[in-house]
Amino acid sequence: MSSETLGNEMYTLRVNGQDHQVKDAWIGESLLYVLRERLGLPGAKGACEQGECGSCTVVMDSQAVCSCLVLAAAAIETEIHTVEGLGVDGSLTDIQQAFLAAGGVQCGFCTPGFIVAVHHLLENNSQPSDDEVRESLSGNICRCTGYGRILEAVKIVISQRNES
Amino acid sequence: MTITHPTSTSTRIGTLGTNAHRPDGVAKVQGGFAFSSDMWSDNMLWGGTLRSPHPYAKIISIDYSAALEIRGVACVVTAQDVPGNPYYGLIMSDQPVFAAIGEYVRYSGEPVAAVAADHPETCKRALAAIKVVYEILTPVTHPEDCVSGFAPQIHPEGNIYRHQRIITGDQSIVGDVIVEGTYEIGMQDQAFLGLESALAIPDSGGEGLELYVATQWLHEDRKQIAACLNIPEEKIRLVLGGVGGAFGAREDISLQVHTCLLALKSGRPVRISYGREESFYGHVHRHPATIWMRHHADDNGKILKIESRMLFDGGAYCSTSPAVLINAITHTQGPYKCDNASVEGWAVRTNNPPCGAMRGFGVVQACFAHESQMEKLGVALGLSPVEIRLRNVMETGDRLITGQIMDSVAPVEQCIRETDAIAMPEPLLPNADIRQIPGGTGLTAQVGNIVRGVGWGVSMKNLMYSEGFDDYSTARCRMTDGVVSVKFATSEVGQGFTMLAQQIARTILGVDEVLLDTIDTQVGSAGSTSASRQTWMSGGAVKAACEKVLEDLFDHAALTFELTRDQLRIEETDIVDILSGRRIAVSEASKGINLDRTEEYHHPPTQDLDENGQGNCHVAFAFVAHRAVVDVDIELGLVKVVQIATAQDVGRVLNPISVQGQVEGGIAQGLGLAVMEEIIVKDGKVRNPSFTDYLLPTFLDAPLVEMVLIEEFEPKSPLGAKGVGEPPCISVTPAIANAIRNATGRELLRVPIRPYDICL
Repeated sequence: MSSETLGNEMYTLRVNGQDHQVKDAWIGESLLYVLRERLGLPGAKGACEQGECGSCTVVMDSQAVCSCLVLAAAAIETEIHTVEGLGVDGSLTDIQQAFLAAGGVQCGFCTPGFIVAVHHLLENNSQPSDDEVRESLSGNICRCTGYGRILEAVKIVISQRNES
Repeated sequence: MTITHPTSTSTRIGTLGTNAHRPDGVAKVQGGFAFSSDMWSDNMLWGGTLRSPHPYAKIISIDYSAALEIRGVACVVTAQDVPGNPYYGLIMSDQPVFAAIGEYVRYSGEPVAAVAADHPETCKRALAAIKVVYEILTPVTHPEDCVSGFAPQIHPEGNIYRHQRIITGDQSIVGDVIVEGTYEIGMQDQAFLGLESALAIPDSGGEGLELYVATQWLHEDRKQIAACLNIPEEKIRLVLGGVGGAFGAREDISLQVHTCLLALKSGRPVRISYGREESFYGHVHRHPATIWMRHHADDNGKILKIESRMLFDGGAYCSTSPAVLINAITHTQGPYKCDNASVEGWAVRTNNPPCGAMRGFGVVQACFAHESQMEKLGVALGLSPVEIRLRNVMETGDRLITGQIMDSVAPVEQCIRETDAIAMPEPLLPNADIRQIPGGTGLTAQVGNIVRGVGWGVSMKNLMYSEGFDDYSTARCRMTDGVVSVKFATSEVGQGFTMLAQQIARTILGVDEVLLDTIDTQVGSAGSTSASRQTWMSGGAVKAACEKVLEDLFDHAALTFELTRDQLRIEETDIVDILSGRRIAVSEASKGINLDRTEEYHHPPTQDLDENGQGNCHVAFAFVAHRAVVDVDIELGLVKVVQIATAQDVGRVLNPISVQGQVEGGIAQGLGLAVMEEIIVKDGKVRNPSFTDYLLPTFLDAPLVEMVLIEEFEPKSPLGAKGVGEPPCISVTPAIANAIRNATGRELLRVPIRPYDICL
């Protein structure tokens, strides 16, 4: 970037429990851009830049947000959680496992956004009805699956958690 | 949702017939899978493209001096920087890499220049600083003007991409019952989520380069790129970047040549990643079409003759328009017997956005017309939608209107009967959840205004490329000291071919671990991931390569372990002598040896159509039936698709969950075309190039899907399986339209059906 548009100040983002310093960034960069291009966290995907498709979903202070619509510099002093922060030491969460078992993954571009959105949904409502699942996830577009296998994945998780 | 199909006989996890694990699955759920837009290289520049705002204009001048003065800008390229063929195209090389000074831009969004800079924002500013002077011309936007010759010629190659007729049988026949209509299909977008993206890395020597790109056909891309760059193909290595869906939109060149030109000029790695708006300009769409069709039938409902005229708007450049048109006209009859036909098809050039491949490839348009006609025919004869179709079902051995004999398994009657046997959904209750009624959470519809309708659609779809094209596939299989690896250039776009390749190798070679080599151009062509063809074609190539390695392994085992060569078989993970019963583990038998085979699979040859549209132009066919149940608020024109019942002819099921995913995903796209999705073009300009204004089916729009997979082994197919990707999205669109017609009593001649088509 040319010098007149560079932000001289540095800022810190707290992502998945770790502080990351962002240096020499243009102040207009979205949280999605900074996560992907500056912090090496490419799990959140950009597919519409308008908050319509949910591919870039991350959790910010317990709210699921479209990171394409959040200015990175406005996310300081928040707790940001991305798909990379799920699972302990590279293991898969029950939700990630269920997506694979049910066939909820095809091209996989929407998958990280869906995975984050489903974690967020089940943290706030452990027993959603099918209609509640559909409504909660209606901000995440999938072009491959027609959503059937994704609904199945969520139902598998709910039933497994009820059993345990 | 339920799925019923015969239980697989295979037991070992990961073999054919089982729900194997996707090799890319863990990375995809963890967010670590590298899509082409995740590619990154040290010292990388960002590329951006300047596009024409005008649908038709002459370029008078281009001045990019101000762009070069912006700090952070590395270079600008225009038509003058293209060292080789200034044009590209899949069938006709008629599309400029960049529109040149003194030449024309022919659609709104056509590339004029590209910039490489240190930041995407710098790119945007540089693009805004380029001054292009246009002489604006009146665009040709009505395809009918091209047929009549009224429109001025807008390209040296003319305004007609293809004109083809099909004439067969007795043209003098007149039916006891005649129904006709003129149907319109809107322009649909593939709307894959993973936007166009590529990373080009120039060789340190400066001559060749490496391109990581999301595409459907690496070798075809390379051929076109090499011609434009004037570089030998062997100096260009294409590597498949992770592909976020395709659906036809990645068959054509988009940013490939631009990215390479910027990398070669700057001497640095360059990545171009489109945004969503640019993606709407950067790839071809499904052809909008106008189809007139007239069916003649006897008193019993037997189809006697079909007449049709089809007009496809190919937009500014050829892409695959001639092939799309041929698919459309050769599927005029649908999955029904018909001895007499007269069909005339046109695909024409206009200044509208270029159109080409999308899932269904011409058959979607034809099917909307013939299934709308079947509905009318049933009404005219007082026959139910099921009965009128059953009286005409195609069978193996029938002669098609092209003269070709149907030699695929053709269980059309079974598709219809199995679909008909699927239970209807529960009726809408007065206290139904708002999420289940039209308008959903918008709280607009009232249950009292809602009418339920039922409609049918049945279709036939060709598999593989047609008209004499030898779209072969190549695979290499190696067994080194017990480790099996498979290599191919087949584009994995999400459909799961990499998983299938492992299943094939595990089954044939009796191993559990199968490594996958990089998908790139360091092996022969695989052909395109298109036309429902990779399970058949690349599946056939992987099977052939694995079988050759198995032969070599048996030769080795026979010598080493003193077994009788022609009595050896693979059972689970052992080599078994079927007479003596002696078993040796494959892992044991393959120790210390190195087997390496590369094989090609070719489908049987096909022919061009003659001037009367006669010829064996298609390789094989698949069939499917759909029954749609809809709830319609007739005052507001809002539709909720309640349930889709379907029975699909799939040959043999190789991976049940994958087939299920293809069926459900295809149905959602067909639903989109029926009631939601349309690129709106006015005076040659796209009015809705965003996901805010181009509406895609969401979770709440998706219907319940009840499916039956009809498994009848296809003897012509290497694995007995038919491609399953396209059929699900074809007849579901007219099934939904017919259901809305059933609910409203309206003729509804076009899709997508908009609220005002229903309520005004």
